[in-house]
Amino acid sequence: MTQSFRLKSGGLINRDKKISFRFNGKKYFGYEGDTLASALIANGVHLIGRSFKYHRPRGFFGAGVDEPYAIVQLYRNGETEPNIKATEQELFEGLEAKSVNCWPSVNFDVGAINNFLKIFLPAGFYYKTFMWPKSFWYKIYEPFIRKAAGLGTVSIKHDKERYEHKYEYCDVLITGSGPSGLASAYSAAKNGAKVVLAEDKSRFGGTLLTSDVNIGNQSGKEWADSIVSELKEMSNVTIKNRSQVFGYYDHNMLVMSERISDHLPKTKKYHPKQRLWYIRAKEVLISSGSIERPIVFGNNDTPGVMLSSAAKEYMKVYGVLVGKKPIVFTNNDSGYETAIEFKKNGVDPIILDTRKEPQSEIIDEAKNMNINIKNSYVVVAAQGYKKVKSADIAKISDDKEKLGSVENIKCDCICVSGFWTPTIHLASQSGNKTKFNEKIDAFVPGTSKQNEKTLGAANGIYTLEETLKDSFEKGNQLSKEITNNDNKVSFPNVVEKKSTVHDKFWCVPLPKGKNYKRFLDFQNDVAVSDIEIALKEGYRSIEHVKRYTTLGMATDQGKTSNLNGLQLVSKIENKVVPAVGHTTFRPPYSPVSIGAIVGREVGKHSKPTRKSPMHSWHEKNNAVFVDAGVWLRPRYYKRGEENLFEASKREAKNVRTNVGVCDVTTLGKIDIKGPDAAELLNRVYTNAWLKLPVGKARYGVMLREDGIVMDDGTTTRISENHYHMTTTTAQAANVLSHLEYYLQLVWPELNVNVVSTTEQWAGAAIAGPKSRDVLQKLFPNSDVSNEGFPFMGYMEGDLFGVKARIFRISFSGELAYEVNVQSDNGKFMWEKIMEVGKEFKIQPYGTEALSTLRIEMGHVAGSELDGRTTPYDNSLEGLLSKKKDFIGKRSLSREAFMANDRQKIVGVVPLDKKTSIPEGSHLVKDSNAPLPNPKLGYISASCWSVEHNNPFSLAILKDGKNMIGKKLFVMSPLKNKVIPVEIVSSHYVDPKGERVRS
Amino acid sequence: MLYIKCPHCGMRSQNEFSYGGDATIKRPELGKEISDQDWDNFVYNRKSLRGKHWELWQHISGCRQWIKVERDTATHEIFKTLKANEEISL
Ligand SMILES: [Zn+2]
Repeated sequence: MTQSFRLKSGGLINRDKKISFRFNGKKYFGYEGDTLASALIANGVHLIGRSFKYHRPRGFFGAGVDEPYAIVQLYRNGETEPNIKATEQELFEGLEAKSVNCWPSVNFDVGAINNFLKIFLPAGFYYKTFMWPKSFWYKIYEPFIRKAAGLGTVSIKHDKERYEHKYEYCDVLITGSGPSGLASAYSAAKNGAKVVLAEDKSRFGGTLLTSDVNIGNQSGKEWADSIVSELKEMSNVTIKNRSQVFGYYDHNMLVMSERISDHLPKTKKYHPKQRLWYIRAKEVLISSGSIERPIVFGNNDTPGVMLSSAAKEYMKVYGVLVGKKPIVFTNNDSGYETAIEFKKNGVDPIILDTRKEPQSEIIDEAKNMNINIKNSYVVVAAQGYKKVKSADIAKISDDKEKLGSVENIKCDCICVSGFWTPTIHLASQSGNKTKFNEKIDAFVPGTSKQNEKTLGAANGIYTLEETLKDSFEKGNQLSKEITNNDNKVSFPNVVEKKSTVHDKFWCVPLPKGKNYKRFLDFQNDVAVSDIEIALKEGYRSIEHVKRYTTLGMATDQGKTSNLNGLQLVSKIENKVVPAVGHTTFRPPYSPVSIGAIVGREVGKHSKPTRKSPMHSWHEKNNAVFVDAGVWLRPRYYKRGEENLFEASKREAKNVRTNVGVCDVTTLGKIDIKGPDAAELLNRVYTNAWLKLPVGKARYGVMLREDGIVMDDGTTTRISENHYHMTTTTAQAANVLSHLEYYLQLVWPELNVNVVSTTEQWAGAAIAGPKSRDVLQKLFPNSDVSNEGFPFMGYMEGDLFGVKARIFRISFSGELAYEVNVQSDNGKFMWEKIMEVGKEFKIQPYGTEALSTLRIEMGHVAGSELDGRTTPYDNSLEGLLSKKKDFIGKRSLSREAFMANDRQKIVGVVPLDKKTSIPEGSHLVKDSNAPLPNPKLGYISASCWSVEHNNPFSLAILKDGKNMIGKKLFVMSPLKNKVIPVEIVSSHYVDPKGERVRS
Repeated sequence: MLYIKCPHCGMRSQNEFSYGGDATIKRPELGKEISDQDWDNFVYNRKSLRGKHWELWQHISGCRQWIKVERDTATHEIFKTLKANEEISL
């Protein structure tokens, strides 16, 4: 197919570089610098999709971010992406796109039946239809809506592309590179301010690329190019194209999405696809311009009806004609610029101007070019289904109420201009109180809340001279206050054509006997009649009208529809527009890909991975790792064909019979120093700490103020004023913050310092009846006998030349020691332990065996200390000092905590001694009781007891104290299991605690 | 994202801080008798103020100091920040 709508010359595209692409499977050609939209139009493709509700044919309406129709499914480099605006997607070699919202094809669409049923799909149809019978909802309505709804298909594959985040701080952020953006950026940069200038499109210059103006002795575009190249050379300026500032948040932080690779066939190696910028700006200058608004008339959604400014942009930027027999329908002078451009390119347009006798320089120029101008004329309705074929036009009375006789004229496009709406989204998001400007029939920014100012067209200023003057000045002023420089930029001479006032006309009345759909929202198919129904049904607030009719709720967020919607509501309600008010502008201004929001924090990269110094040894020795918070810990060490169950059983049994070693580096460690250290411990732990001698360790429990157990661990007195605290892996950070809170805010009088030393020490737990033998070999010169180094003792030792801290503490219930060395020596220590332990049959054990060992001896851990249990619940009441006060003590005397049948930790054994009990299961008295079956407790942890060779679990059970020996049922509805069990003591191994002291 | 002035480190982004609740709550002295009601007020009962509010933040990814921040809960405006040992003047 040839590019039959491409002009012979002109435009900013590169005609030397032909690009091939596919749309709905068909191959076309375009040029480098095209968008998918401009290339399709050049090829005479005007039908691109179907509308959301009625499946009416959809073409192109705009040329950029405001596009409500031309949304496609994009295929690029083996990936697919929905919701891509063809007007924004730059063409690249091999691009593939498909229509959305149509089945089986864009030309023959089954859903278009909705168009003929539209009487049944009025405003609020979501709420009214599909209501009952209830059973129909799941089986018929919901699947139907799901199939019909949405714009395109989300890929369920893992996105291979890379997305980055960047944090930026600047003096002045400028959003948009039109005349106001360039002028303000230039004068701010000249004052030495750190400037970020963001342009949404691929080309800088905004309206300067399409308007017929002169600045200095250059054309608008030449001036823009020279300013841009100068800015690019300045080290204090960051200038970014394809970058949209889409959100304005608190404290002058704005977020910008930069599309780095979307315009390329493939992302370059080491490049991201997109980058999200978090920009904290001292000052923000909003130069986002304005968007042309449509005039509402019958069938105004027919392909070929589009914004007049878009038609001009397709000609001037892309060298493409949107039609060869155009009608320009306007209420202001902008339409004339488009008509003049058509004429210059050899096409004869007809201008229908709603105004009676407008006079201005631009109009004179059009007249001089012999353009056919019809004053007081309107388009009543577009005719044609898949493309405009003709227009019904009529004269309109001065009061704009009555239409003259309707005549039909042939045309292939209708370019509409209903004047301009400032893009105030960012200003409004920042908290700016917007105000209604009667002169331009639109809202403009009012009083700023944050450091933001709006320039040019975004502020309702539509002449170039005034825009440039104001922008140079604001850029200079704001930067001057920051940098104290005052380098004034001389103001260039501006040549632009003078225009006259617009006509506040926005909606063509229906001719007698006709019931044309007159659309306000083109993506969501909201017509004038829908708003009328909503108001008739009693909806008043604009926010309610919006949600009921879905006006402005599509992916284009009503950029072309909101204001006309307000006009209609105010007309019906007989109010002025500001009294109706606009709906809230929320970020993002335009859709942002989820990938960009997530950035690099995907999967394993969402958090850092922490590894112990012994990690490489574990890897070499077939460790299977498990995530423990951010740490990677060996879960078990696989031998041969062993599975998790077999390996962990072997490892745990070896600890009970010989000796094992476990990497406990991940335990939280806090160094505590100062003369009041003991006093701090005495206040935060529930037991007594003032008399702990140097060289001794003690187990302690910490509560929150509400009496719930926060954490447990051992703390050792290293010297007079020096303690070493350990916490659980999970609570390490919280415990440190907790201590800092009390020291800094509650008891600043305590002279104590705390610091995390988790990463400074590598730790190995050596556990089992032969652990003393291993220790003796490690420290041949130390007295490690039971008398010389008793339970809960501490000493320092020399581990083959490495200084080590040795603690006699046990988590497994066996005779056990923990050795700490500085992290750098961790691997050396580990290898020495394995070496000297060989003759005692030492084996490394992972977290699974560690759990088994602690569960069967009834030692509580994270699954019991889950933020819901008290010391009593965990059988830790023996550690509660009666003599002193401590954090959380007062809460323990609350009624519920003292209840006689309070929950308590117990052991659970299946009656058949075979069936494993799923963690999280419920304990009930009667497995056949009607639902809801009263729940007595829950299984907190389960293991296979290596000591007894049968399953064993810990549970938190109501009145657990009096339940020992009782028979209950464990129920797991999730796993569909019912297991008869017996309640036993939680201390299933060595209940008297003799082994740890042996 | 808020921009908070740490009295020790200067202006820092909110993601370096963690929130710590009402800064005007005083922990009852250890070892003192206290009624159930007063204790409940200390542990649980908080006003959910709209407007100016003194609150605690900890600069966890910075100097680790707890600081006091006077913030408007509706507008997020921050009026003043204080070190832990500086008294709030209400
Ligand atoms: Zn700080």
